[in-house]
Amino acid sequence: MNNKVVKTKNEVIQKRSLLRSDSKQKLLTFSSLIVMFIVFSLASPNFATFNNIVGILLSTAVNGVLAVGVTFVIITAGIDLSVGTVMTFASVMTGVFIAFWNLPIIFGILGGLAAGALCGFINGSLIAKMKLPPFIATLGMLMMTKGLSLVISGTKPIYFLETPVFRKISMGTVFGIPNAVLIFFAAAIIANFILTKTVLGRYTYALGSNEEAARLSGINVDAWKIAIYTLGGLFSGLAGVMMASRLNSAQPALGQGYELEAIAAAVIGGTSLSGGEGTILGTVIGAFIMSVLINGLRILSIPQEWQTVIIGAIVIMAVYADIIRRRQR
Amino acid sequence: MDEVLVLMEGIEKRFPGVHALSQCQFELRAGEVHALVGENGAGKSTLMKVLTGVYKKDAGRIFYKGKEVEIPNPRAAQELGISIIHQELNLMPHLTVAQNIFIGREPRKGIKFILNENEINEKTKELFEMMHLDLDPRIRVSDLTVAKQQMVEIAKALSYNSEVLIMDEPTSALSDAEIEELFRIIRQLRDKGVGIIYISHRMEELKQISDRVTVMRDGRYIDTVRTEEVTIDRIINMMVGREIYETSRANPETNSQDVVLEVKNLNRGREIKDVSFNLKKGEILGFAGLMGAGRTEVARAIFGADPIDSGEIYVKGKKINIKSPGDAVKCGIGYLSEDRKRYGLALGMDVESNIVLANFEKFLGFLGRVNTAKTRAEAQLHVDELSIKTPSLQQKVKYLSGGNQQKVVIGKWLVRDCDILIFDEPTRGIDVGAKSEIYKLLNDLAESGKSIIMISSELPEILRMSHRIIVMCEGRITGELSTAEATQERIMQYATMRE
Ligand SMILES: Nc1ncnc2c1ncn2[C@@H]1O[C@H](COP(=O)(O)OP(=O)(O)OP(=O)(O)O)[C@@H](O)[C@H]1O
Ligand SMILES: [Mg+2]
Repeated sequence: MNNKVVKTKNEVIQKRSLLRSDSKQKLLTFSSLIVMFIVFSLASPNFATFNNIVGILLSTAVNGVLAVGVTFVIITAGIDLSVGTVMTFASVMTGVFIAFWNLPIIFGILGGLAAGALCGFINGSLIAKMKLPPFIATLGMLMMTKGLSLVISGTKPIYFLETPVFRKISMGTVFGIPNAVLIFFAAAIIANFILTKTVLGRYTYALGSNEEAARLSGINVDAWKIAIYTLGGLFSGLAGVMMASRLNSAQPALGQGYELEAIAAAVIGGTSLSGGEGTILGTVIGAFIMSVLINGLRILSIPQEWQTVIIGAIVIMAVYADIIRRRQR
Repeated sequence: MDEVLVLMEGIEKRFPGVHALSQCQFELRAGEVHALVGENGAGKSTLMKVLTGVYKKDAGRIFYKGKEVEIPNPRAAQELGISIIHQELNLMPHLTVAQNIFIGREPRKGIKFILNENEINEKTKELFEMMHLDLDPRIRVSDLTVAKQQMVEIAKALSYNSEVLIMDEPTSALSDAEIEELFRIIRQLRDKGVGIIYISHRMEELKQISDRVTVMRDGRYIDTVRTEEVTIDRIINMMVGREIYETSRANPETNSQDVVLEVKNLNRGREIKDVSFNLKKGEILGFAGLMGAGRTEVARAIFGADPIDSGEIYVKGKKINIKSPGDAVKCGIGYLSEDRKRYGLALGMDVESNIVLANFEKFLGFLGRVNTAKTRAEAQLHVDELSIKTPSLQQKVKYLSGGNQQKVVIGKWLVRDCDILIFDEPTRGIDVGAKSEIYKLLNDLAESGKSIIMISSELPEILRMSHRIIVMCEGRITGELSTAEATQERIMQYATMRE
């Protein structure tokens, strides 16, 4: 009898803690997204139109895929600064395969994905095996891929003129929704599955929560870390292919700056830079917050420079809100 | 006698500047509880880490069931059937209890990468039923008390169904009831033929639970004896190699009437309920109670580490408003946390920095230049005073043994010269020799006019050290006893006075 009482008490604690840590956070970010949406709709009639919303979805797609990839890395208490330029490197490699070597499109896609994954693998190896701090290893990778993209492309964009189908990957539509958006959602669903239901996901959290404990539990920490960075790189590769298709060209000068937006999206979505915490749904919402904001500010004709200032302030506010929430525990 | 499970001989291990193990040996048989004792820094944990593949030995041989084996990593140890509960908690706070227990060997379903969450929750439940532990497997570890976390560590070690089970100070965070339960489980495993290595600084536990005792000193093997054939005093002698200072007398009540700290109607959530008490000059005020009674919470609230809902705090008659630990220190209040790893130390920094860090102002010279000669001298002073075992002041604190880390924390607060010191479990994980040194230190501090609040779960310690004892239960103060009235029974009676 006594036992039962205690049990229900335990359950209460559990429910509360679930609500506390996950749902409440997501509810908060999600409602800020809705509020932003309403505010912009009221402020401008041009905001809540079908075309503009499709535009928002489309611009979220690439950034969102990058953010999803970097979420894995951040949960391990790492960081990947190279996602933006690795994305560009993957676009360029896709261009090389399709436009330079005239290989079938599918090879171009696989080549882009592989290029991204390879960069991630190298990042992971530098960090896990050579013990470089993630910040430095991926900063080096940022610069290397940035340079390599320019070298390989001869600093000129590579256009996919011979293969009009390639553009369909991102820009084909289903019921008016661009494929890129659908790819983004599919990628997010798969990422969510990996993070919550598979061993890789479990160890992602384990590494971020207490790496030493994971090691002592017999987990091959180095190998899993490399796997996680490789997965992150794979998402950058996917973003690269999507980007190339959307622009119908590989733009070698693009890329830098995307990493910070991706990291910001993840952090706004509740991923903790100190590791162990974060969800894909949160990151997706975070990515939408970023693009709704950018789009809304543009529609209100706020100058580009000020947009950047405002977004910076929002990122700080979002993270501060998260810190307060944590402190209240 | 039974089969020899583990035999280690000629084990050597050096760390930079430390000869941690020299020609060490150890033997474990099936179906015995083998206690491993020694002072802080004797090398007990290191020896066990060599056995479980955390550290590589420099020399020596390990036999498992008669066959020589190499154990290059923790996984290899697990596969042989050796599992360990490490001295420091090694859990992943963001994961659930069940996820922690099965980390690294999650049951899978479908294709090999998909986790079977139900199965680990079920298995954990079964495990907890066997341990008579009422805990939800799906709860996050960060939501548990230290004691419960320790129980999770124990459950994890048990879940391997190993033939060799090593426990490195499993009881230092547990309440008496939990220790009883642990002992029941240990006996049950022993009867099934499991070999158990048990490390503890609580000497009274040796007689209760162990069959044999191996003593280590300064990285060397001293002797192995049958527990029933020796006295505790003899074991202590072997451990320290000298006689130790004992205060058997209880402290008489101080006649001081100077109230230096007064707490009125302190409240915070469910943890602190209407707590009022005062502390006099030169007094050691013991705070007794079970794990989770709210003693640490009260200390943290006074120290400004957690916000309070309501209540007033007076220092030397003046009402003060403490919003942060910085405020508390300014008012002359110091707090030694029970969880030194998390709150008390900068593990990656050296001994000297840790000791002087919190009071840099004291050592600043012209233009904010740190007077390194002065910091060195001060640090050395406290290292000697507390006999901290470290190769040099430049050793990183994380490489010290657990007990020596605790002494560094104490040294840090001694530098600060606070008038009111709150010691939270000051002797947890500390060997008998060092314990008596710390008792002496507390007495000296009190005699020199400092006022001390000592939170401790060890009743003999509370009884011996305090001038006055306050007992808490579930966030409330349930009793106050003078040393004359205090007995273990009366304290326990108050400590279990639930509403
Ligand atoms: N990783 C390390 N690097 C350097 N020195 C170390 C390391 N680990 C332990 N030591 C040193 O080795 C010696 C033995 O430490 P160990 O932790 O084995 O002691 P212990 O007997 O377990 O003590 P305690 O009772 O305090 O836990 C100590 O002097 C310690 O400072
Ligand atoms: Mg130890």
